[in-house]
Amino acid sequence: MNQNIAQNEAVLNEAATQQQPALAPPVDVIEDASGITLYADLPGVPRDRLDIRVEGDQLSIEGEMQLPMRDGLEGTHAEITLPRYRRVFNLSRELDSEKVAAELRDGVLTLRIPKAEHAQPRRISVQAG
Amino acid sequence: MAIYRTPFSRNLFAEFDRLRRELDQAFELSPSIRGLGTGFPTLNVGSTPRSVEIFAFAPGMDPASIDVQIEKGVLTISGERQAPAVPEKATVHLGERFAGRFHRVVSLPDGIDPAAVTANYRDGVLHISAQRKDSALPRRISIQ
Repeated sequence: MNQNIAQNEAVLNEAATQQQPALAPPVDVIEDASGITLYADLPGVPRDRLDIRVEGDQLSIEGEMQLPMRDGLEGTHAEITLPRYRRVFNLSRELDSEKVAAELRDGVLTLRIPKAEHAQPRRISVQAG
Repeated sequence: MAIYRTPFSRNLFAEFDRLRRELDQAFELSPSIRGLGTGFPTLNVGSTPRSVEIFAFAPGMDPASIDVQIEKGVLTISGERQAPAVPEKATVHLGERFAGRFHRVVSLPDGIDPAAVTANYRDGVLHISAQRKDSALPRRISIQ
């Protein structure tokens, strides 16, 4: 019985460290003829705490906040209660996930994902006769 | 829902998390006439023995355009955030980010020195630090 409890606890501890709770940042996603532009609000995240990855067709954005500390600071009103952002997107096939360009400025992440060459719209001219 | 416990017991977020849980227990859920959101920018307020610290999460702003005013112990943060430019013939799939005019108000406790308020903007967070007047600091009274 004691061994089962210990095993359960070990499993729960491992699960907890793998996926720490995070806030989902609000995003704007705009698609034009040549690709997709994504804007994400990540206030408090400096460049060295931002992690953007593409694994297969999944894009994940993760960022840790770094706020100035003060000795003896006690919270009196908190609307943000977690120090981490995370959001994951599935990219459709026509997007070229190898050419993702990212820029982080004043807490706003701008991602540009172009459409793959073969997926760019091409107008086919119609010959007469 | 798992309760996140940080290994660093003295950090900012452990404090805010403790407070959130206490507030959840103290108040019943009641509908706010201003809707479910907390408004833009999101605010965290904390206090130290010498100051009140306000963090306003306002990414993508030109700090010169954010208007921070203090009057009669009330701090207001206002401005306007532009929506991203949408090129012609583009489709907006998701439009979750706030855009437009904003105005948030924080009541400061008595004893704040309005001449000793500083504001910094970094990584999209506006950090306002308001120092308490010396006369408002706790003082030990010696017994004769």
